[in-house]
Amino acid sequence: MSLRSPLGRVLGTGSAKEGVQHWWAQRLTSIALVPLSIWFAVSLLSLPSFDHAIVAAWMSQSWTAVLLVLFVLVGAWHSQLGVRVVVDDYVHATGLRTLILVVVTFAHALVAAAGVFAILKVAFASAA
Amino acid sequence: MPQRPLSPHLSVYKFKYTLTTSILNRAAGLVLSLGLPALVYWLMAVASGTSAYTRASALLSLGVFKLLYLGLVVAFSYHLVAGVRHLIWDTGRGLERDQARRSAWVVTGVSIVLMVLFGYCALLARARIS
Repeated sequence: MSLRSPLGRVLGTGSAKEGVQHWWAQRLTSIALVPLSIWFAVSLLSLPSFDHAIVAAWMSQSWTAVLLVLFVLVGAWHSQLGVRVVVDDYVHATGLRTLILVVVTFAHALVAAAGVFAILKVAFASAA
Repeated sequence: MPQRPLSPHLSVYKFKYTLTTSILNRAAGLVLSLGLPALVYWLMAVASGTSAYTRASALLSLGVFKLLYLGLVVAFSYHLVAGVRHLIWDTGRGLERDQARRSAWVVTGVSIVLMVLFGYCALLARARIS
């Protein structure tokens, strides 16, 4: 049994060479998240308190801000890739699946943008 | 269009605990996805100043969020270890049936140790703060 679609057979084109993109992005983000998430958990638990001044001072340290931005961006990316697979696997109605995937992608983009904005705002406010 | 096999075919598999480690990894990932908006809400509150932060802190210390934090400690400990197991599998190692069954137990053990460790540190942090 051939797995090629009728359209693909007619056009005589090969694959778009993007079949492993999702898989590869998920591996890269997971490798990056191993040190990033451990760093985040350890530094969060090492804070002397969760008072606003303490947290803001922590967020405004240069390396903290950079690592936090990476953690939020890579975390949101990895989360989007993972949730996408879950939706692909369990939601079978095409229209509903597309709708959920659009919402999931937009929600992740919003979370990523808000996270980066918040970190940079605190970091630059203290530098000024 | 011919009928093609669709994944996942949950009902055709004989139950094995290796199957549990796989589905738990997915569930843990979903819990961590819930933690992401909570984290960003907290970061936004820090950026919005002290009064917004006080309001957000009150909301974030509700019981439902405490349940989320417990879930995040458990899910993070598990997803981290189970994820590393997947990365090792990706190199082609450890895929034999016996090896996979053994690593399922290793993942369970190590992640429970991490859960206790992170949970203990979180309790210590809470005691230090209040």
